[in-house]
Amino acid sequence: MTVEVDPSPKFAEYAHPERLVSTEWLQARLGTPGLVVVESDEDVLLYETGHIPGSVKIDWHTDLNDPIERDYINGEQFAKLVGSRGIARDTTVVIYGDKNNWWAAYALWVFTLFGHEDVRLLDGGRAKWEAEGREYTTDAPAVAPVDYPVVERDDAAIRAFKDDVLAHFGRPLIDVRSVEEYTGQRTTMPAYPEEGALRAGHIPTAQNVPWAKAVAEDGGFKPLAELNSIYRDGAGLRDGDDVIAYCRIGERSSHTWFVLTHLLGFEGVRNYDGSWTEWGSAVRVPIVKGTEPGAVPVGR
Amino acid sequence: MTERDLPDSLIQIQDDFLELDQRDRLVLLLEFANELPELPPRYAEHPDLFERVEECQSPVYIFVEVDDDRIVHLFATAPKEAPTTRGFASILAQGLSGLTVEQVLDVPDDFPNTIGLTEAVSPLRIRGMTAMLGRTKRQIREKIAA
Repeated sequence: MTVEVDPSPKFAEYAHPERLVSTEWLQARLGTPGLVVVESDEDVLLYETGHIPGSVKIDWHTDLNDPIERDYINGEQFAKLVGSRGIARDTTVVIYGDKNNWWAAYALWVFTLFGHEDVRLLDGGRAKWEAEGREYTTDAPAVAPVDYPVVERDDAAIRAFKDDVLAHFGRPLIDVRSVEEYTGQRTTMPAYPEEGALRAGHIPTAQNVPWAKAVAEDGGFKPLAELNSIYRDGAGLRDGDDVIAYCRIGERSSHTWFVLTHLLGFEGVRNYDGSWTEWGSAVRVPIVKGTEPGAVPVGR
Repeated sequence: MTERDLPDSLIQIQDDFLELDQRDRLVLLLEFANELPELPPRYAEHPDLFERVEECQSPVYIFVEVDDDRIVHLFATAPKEAPTTRGFASILAQGLSGLTVEQVLDVPDDFPNTIGLTEAVSPLRIRGMTAMLGRTKRQIREKIAA
């Protein structure tokens, strides 16, 4: 049994209002059977300093990534992970986190790879919950582990690999990194560790729309009209477009994937999680430097 | 050279982490984060003296003092929303403060990888502490050269 959808007017205009919940909605439903709240942060210790009562923690790096191969965990590992957090296949999962839900969106995208149906974001994430003075606790939640079925990951619909990107030229690409990374001044965000890309710049034809443009001042998502003006008018996306979004390791672009898919209603959006750390180090892939997207590369 | 050619303060920190299981190592890191001392007033009023460690995911500022006896004092500040970064800074502040210049410069650059946190925290995040250690040593070299 899934939990009812948040009827907030703010969400009604989005393509999939059922993918968002407000802080008020969540507050009123903490402890509801069939609902599990998940915190997913950039900082691996932030949850321990205080979290929404009853919420469980899933870490993007230590939980969702395979420890050996550069890939996500498999169906068996996912079943074990989320089952241990009390999540069943029909559980309503609400994810929130730091940095405007950047890692929360990443976790939501990974849940989607496993076809978990009812997974939502807390609009505004940790920052909004905190700004409103809502309760945090350091108490560990009492979690009763449940059985989650082993469902193999389905990468086809929402995940792109390097070869998919090479075959995608001519259709829209969105580079959601900072301007400095896009133009090739640097390979990583200001103030972030170098992650070892050997070349700087962007994938030819990619439009640069830094992910945080979708976020309003209160940390929640911007209204539909503003999102349309950013992604349709600004980046030129049109209904029916197949879009691939990328960033550095696929985290910021999962945030944009969420916006394009669930708020704007684009159906063929894929996240290229190899992103710049793969593309910027791969041999003989075309790269453009500077502020212009560049032309479709000719075959060689 | 022994396997652990480290000052006692760092050996103690290393042992404290390594004897714990992965989950408790995070708890100990959080304790370090909570113990990061407030800046002494002479620095609290002068944020301009601090150097931002660009490699860290969250803003962290460190400042090294070398006194007349060539003893190192390390000060750091990081926001409460970045407990991992605070924990790293606190480990270095507690582990390096009071050592001599030579002792600090001799600390292996990969010390952050040897305290059992790479699995609990991820190797990527550990790089933040490696960068802080590097900055600390560089500031010391600059100060003793001056």
